[in-house]
Amino acid sequence: MNKDRKTNLISFLIILFGFILTTGLVAFRVIDEYTAQILTIGGINVIIALGLNLISGFTGQLALGHAGFMAVGAYTTAALIMKLNVPIFPAILAGGLVSAVFGLLIGLPALRLHGDYLAIVTLGFGEIIRVIMVNLSDITGGPAGLKGIPPFTTNFFWRPVLSFALVYIFLVLVIIILNNLINSSPGRAIISIREDEIAANAMGINVFYFKIFAFTLSAFIAGLGGGIYAPFFGYLNPNMFNFQKSVEFLIIVVLGGMGNITGTVLAGFGLTYLQEILRFLKDYRLVIYPLILVLMMLFQPAGLMGFFGNKGFSLTRFVREFNPKKIFRMKNPGKAGEK
Amino acid sequence: MLKVKNLNVYYGNIHALHNISFEVNEGEIVTLIGANGAGKTTTLHSISRLIPIESGEVEFLGHTLQTLWPHNIVELGLIQVPEGRRIFSNLTVKENLEMGAFIRKDREQIKKDYEMIFTRFPRLKERLRQMAGTLSGGEQQMLAIARALMSKPKLLLLDEPSMGLAPLLVKEIFSIIQEINKAGTTVLLVEQNAHLALSVADRAYVLETGRIVTQGSAKALASSEDVRKAYLGG
Repeated sequence: MNKDRKTNLISFLIILFGFILTTGLVAFRVIDEYTAQILTIGGINVIIALGLNLISGFTGQLALGHAGFMAVGAYTTAALIMKLNVPIFPAILAGGLVSAVFGLLIGLPALRLHGDYLAIVTLGFGEIIRVIMVNLSDITGGPAGLKGIPPFTTNFFWRPVLSFALVYIFLVLVIIILNNLINSSPGRAIISIREDEIAANAMGINVFYFKIFAFTLSAFIAGLGGGIYAPFFGYLNPNMFNFQKSVEFLIIVVLGGMGNITGTVLAGFGLTYLQEILRFLKDYRLVIYPLILVLMMLFQPAGLMGFFGNKGFSLTRFVREFNPKKIFRMKNPGKAGEK
Repeated sequence: MLKVKNLNVYYGNIHALHNISFEVNEGEIVTLIGANGAGKTTTLHSISRLIPIESGEVEFLGHTLQTLWPHNIVELGLIQVPEGRRIFSNLTVKENLEMGAFIRKDREQIKKDYEMIFTRFPRLKERLRQMAGTLSGGEQQMLAIARALMSKPKLLLLDEPSMGLAPLLVKEIFSIIQEINKAGTTVLLVEQNAHLALSVADRAYVLETGRIVTQGSAKALASSEDVRKAYLGG
């Protein structure tokens, strides 16, 4: 067996073990239902923030409308489940795909713009999607919202376990896709667009094509997040997907570090949890978010992962370079010092 | 090799290039010299299709470039080293060079080309794993040229390679440009440092406020009274 396959196999086993362990802990209620719910919401937030990170962090194109893509995914999935009795798994995928189509249609005109202009246009499109949802009352229930989306299962014991497991699987899939993309040749092209668009052009990279590609994939991932959200939450209302929601995802990306997958995961779970434990502050907790942002920009502008030299954690790299001897030697630094 | 005919470029209402015509033959070093704002960079950008042109024709190896996308032009072998180096500062030197070879599929030849780059720029080999943004100005310029060479240019457009560099480094860069030319790459050089540019070039065009005012062999221009007065400081 060659080394890469071995690394991949061990990584897969670790992921599987993590899956069995965490879902097991949820199933036996070691992690109580409330915490499991926070973890699930956190996971959904992370998925959508990862999508945003692809376009804003890795490609360097500031987008402010990802709540819109989340909404497209959520309503599509809900409609498919409720009206056409599509099973949940393909319904979620369809949510992602429809959102990707929206991403493509919006991206074609919008990605001709740069920087602030692009941010404003994506913000506008996000709002347009929300307003359409308000008015398409046949499918979306209009401003009153869409009630009674069937959950993953009606069994009260399995419900938190299944939701959590589903989010875990999708989150791992999204991370693997992003990680492989970033380390591939198209991924390099995407990063070089962030670094310097003119130079990327001069190197023969089809800048517009790769921007569209990243934006569409980003919308797909956000749509997936929305698709999971619909049956998990059971109720949708267009006003859940307003501008503030888009900004929340952007805050996760910025806090974690632009273009850093590990950072987005940490910041996504961290902020979701923080929002819950600060509930006693009532509406004042909304002050905490911007406060964290201000402090972060002052002391650690590269984001959370800036602490670790800006390189994200990589499971495969960890497995490949894992060497018990090395760790043992590190515990006896005295000898090296005596030399 | 490259033929530019009656090129007109506008920035909004401003007529930036007036009927520019020139050509570059295979194997030459041709230089465009002129003061700030003369239209040198604009000319290069319009050749590479980074800005739209109003009228005129650009022909490279028999292809008309107006109908192509910038990345198609790179595939034809016309590579620009943009002004101000524009390396990818958050990527390593190695990754920068890899980006240079982005359009190429011939892996074996790419490997050989790395060796060629390292013999020509030994400094880059020492800094292979370093972030490109941490290199000195001179090293960054070398990286920018090396990155362009990785895409196997037939014609290399160099935009102000001397910008912001110490005189000694500028000399080094220019001798590298001559070496590259001798190895078979045609060079179109845009420079403000007219003295230096004329000393390495075969032919030269002098640009003034968007028009070509003089042209001729580099030697003749270097000794011409008008050019000396206007650009070489007496």
